[in-house]
Amino acid sequence: MMGDTSEFSLTIRLFLKAYQWRKIDPVPWTPLKKPLSQSKLALVSSAGFVLPDQPHFDESIKGGDPSFREIPSGVEVKTLVETHRSESFDHTGLQKDPNVGFPIDRVRELAVSGRIGAVNHRHLSCMGSITAPGRLIHNTAPPAVRLLVEDQVDAALLVPV
Amino acid sequence: MCNQTVCLVAAELERQGISTIVIQLLRSVAEKVRPPRALFVPFKHGYPLDIPGDPSRQKAVIEAALQLLEDPSLTAGPVLRDYTPPKK
Repeated sequence: MMGDTSEFSLTIRLFLKAYQWRKIDPVPWTPLKKPLSQSKLALVSSAGFVLPDQPHFDESIKGGDPSFREIPSGVEVKTLVETHRSESFDHTGLQKDPNVGFPIDRVRELAVSGRIGAVNHRHLSCMGSITAPGRLIHNTAPPAVRLLVEDQVDAALLVPV
Repeated sequence: MCNQTVCLVAAELERQGISTIVIQLLRSVAEKVRPPRALFVPFKHGYPLDIPGDPSRQKAVIEAALQLLEDPSLTAGPVLRDYTPPKK
């Protein structure tokens, strides 16, 4: 069955079982301030997508690369380069159709149909395989999020891989 | 680890005043990490929005996520909802 760790190797299952997950406490809560039809949406993907001219995520950083890349909204999705380092999942779907992890074509369609108000002009991409997330929490996520605050983004859809 | 990473970014977004909805591929991780709003999808890792090249199925996942995001009955997190894919 999907949704549990049975799809992974024994080594990874044992790692995940022993891993000390970061509990969010307290849980912050921001209600939508206006209807989605008037809201500006941004995407956050942890599939490690980069533009062809952006540096790849650094696999040599112990505990994982906590940096972010900005992906412009007008990107041609087929040009995105998937650099996720994990060998524990099948990458072929993401390579065939990056929308399955970074659904920029889908959210553009939602803006055209009026389901959402607008798509932000930029989105965030990061590398999901971060085992030591302290630098992400304290150093890199706050300034990355501030970019979206400056853009007056109302809501974000976050997609792991 | 991807599941935890997006949860932690979601928490920062919410702290800075942006509403969030996260997709989750491991229910147990969502329960432990506790993002504000999560939609658990029963798909393999690498396929968070269902089938590559199938816009309608991808849109169905996003629509379920948006419905959770805009649910006025929810006033505090963590909220974890299950996604049931349409029959093929």
